[in-house]
Amino acid sequence: MLLELTGLSKRFGPVEVLSDVDLSIDAGEVCALVGDNGAGKSTLVKCVAGIHGIDGGAISVDGEARTISGPRDAAALGIEVVYQDLALCDNLDVVENLFLGREKVHGLILDEDSMEQLAAETLSSLAVRTIRNLRQPVASLSGGQRQTVAIAKAVLWNSRLVILDEPTAALGVAQTRQVLELIRRLADQGLAVLYISHNLNDVFAVADRIAALYLGRMAAVLDAADATQSQVVELITSGRSGSLGLGADTNGART
Amino acid sequence: MSTQVETRPEAGTEPGAVRAVADHLRGYWAEVRSGEVGALPAVAGIIALCVFFGISQPVFLSVGNLANLFGQGAAVACIAMGLVFVLVIGEIDLSAGFASGVCAAVMAVILTNWGMPWPLAIGAAIATGVVIGLLLGTLVVKLGIPSFVVTLAAFLAFQGIVLMILEEGSNITIHNETVKAVAGGNLERWQGWTLLVLTIAAYAALQLNRWRRRVARSLVHEPLAVVVARIMALGALLTATVFLLNLERSANPQIISLTGVPVVVALLGGFFAIWTFVLHRTRFGRHLYAVGGNAEAAVRAGVNVDRVRIAAFVICSGMAAVGGIVAASRAASVDPNTGGSNVLLLSVGAAVIGGASLFGGKGTVRAALLGGAVVAIINNGMGLMGLSAGVRFGVTGAVLLLAAGVDAMSRGRGKLFGRH
Repeated sequence: MLLELTGLSKRFGPVEVLSDVDLSIDAGEVCALVGDNGAGKSTLVKCVAGIHGIDGGAISVDGEARTISGPRDAAALGIEVVYQDLALCDNLDVVENLFLGREKVHGLILDEDSMEQLAAETLSSLAVRTIRNLRQPVASLSGGQRQTVAIAKAVLWNSRLVILDEPTAALGVAQTRQVLELIRRLADQGLAVLYISHNLNDVFAVADRIAALYLGRMAAVLDAADATQSQVVELITSGRSGSLGLGADTNGART
Repeated sequence: MSTQVETRPEAGTEPGAVRAVADHLRGYWAEVRSGEVGALPAVAGIIALCVFFGISQPVFLSVGNLANLFGQGAAVACIAMGLVFVLVIGEIDLSAGFASGVCAAVMAVILTNWGMPWPLAIGAAIATGVVIGLLLGTLVVKLGIPSFVVTLAAFLAFQGIVLMILEEGSNITIHNETVKAVAGGNLERWQGWTLLVLTIAAYAALQLNRWRRRVARSLVHEPLAVVVARIMALGALLTATVFLLNLERSANPQIISLTGVPVVVALLGGFFAIWTFVLHRTRFGRHLYAVGGNAEAAVRAGVNVDRVRIAAFVICSGMAAVGGIVAASRAASVDPNTGGSNVLLLSVGAAVIGGASLFGGKGTVRAALLGGAVVAIINNGMGLMGLSAGVRFGVTGAVLLLAAGVDAMSRGRGKLFGRH
């Protein structure tokens, strides 16, 4: 397993935001993380990204227990996060954004040509054909193109796990399809993808497995091929669905 | 900059080359239409002003007046170059004018009152500027006070410090010939020509080398014709300037000969080259733009945003010190008004007229120089027309408003095209 979370717990003061969460993601698969607002999806992501420390449980990468105490630790382990607000600089062009903070230099001087070449190679390896001019400011790109740049920025660094936070939330139909195709290609290239979404159609279109969080607990992890939308909806809204989900003895079972 | 079409291999053949140039021009025009006007308004303004003043006051176009323009505009241009760095990160420095006054006063005291050598005096003035920048930057960054407020307070305080250094408003005369030569001296004719040749050669080498590298890696590149045209245009402009400045411009050449490129032109050129390099070719420069564009993104990308922002204030105040030295050199004295009255506003105006944005994320050193030229030409030309200071202020204000309007409109236009 590339990433394995066991018994992960996180408290903010007296509030237990995540309790005893187990989740594992393997290379080459897209795992969707679903759950209602406040279920703990973002907190889970931030724990893996090193933004929040964890209060219990363990994170292991390649079967080895790791402490991730900052975004740099996460990056060193090959974990990259694409946040919902993308974190792009509108006034910089595509290449400049892709390499922001990790510019290639010859001594003092920026090595623009190498960066541009590497950017072009990365985009073509992702089969991105929607961005033609790498030297146009990101401000002039459409929402889908911006999402593409943000994702390319995450995979540029030999990353192994890419976490995407609601990448299609603000996109139109055609652009959503492009981004979903891109997510699929990431997995096909051997990356692990953790994909957070509210949109179950998108989840079923792209995910191999679906993990449903309910009030900070992992209600169930299903194979997408075996699951139905109504099952997932029930898991999201009540934490259980038939024989699946949290047991009757937990708080999560109250409907 | 350019479109994908230009990578087509037939760019070398005749029709291909023509098409590549045409495509390049079309790409440029598309950029302008989408709000990336760059230096265009400032250049257009300079040409329009020169035509207007040249017709109404023929003496405006005399060689003597050309040399004059550089001297008059130099201090403001220096301060504006520094301000660009602060504007790029989306901050403002209202104290840059009086910071230049403080630094000039420090220099004058050390030079005249204490009789110390000039390198020490100039070094102390620049060090004062750097310390001021560190102080302002730290207050803004570490305490989180808006730069507008910090520098407004500094604006008032520095005004007082100048008075205190000058002991309640006396003025200090500068006798040192080296310091006076900064704004008043001229290069020898041969020095001017040498500098010209070196400048053009360096520019051509950089441009051609870049073009060659990009072709070798088959990256998107401009057509060679465009690169050569740009080198030739710059070369012609600079050659004409040096030629004119090397002509005799004294009213009585028998008594005193006045020729050569003013020292201050070389000074401005040098700072222009250094700061353009820093802004566009170094990691630090890239981070300045990133902080101005989206500070949050810069933080997440691992940029040390605090350090970048403090450095911007240090550069700004350091260049204000240079501006103060130039102003003191030109006046051959320092008084409580050095760097005061409208110096700051003209400097901010120069940067904005040239294309720097008050909203952050946008601005070049070239903008400061072009905007500085516009401001200097307006003041010089209207002075020649005998218009009162009142009218001059009014017109400069109107031009600044126009420039800020162009900036705001280009942002608005950008939005129409999907920019944010």
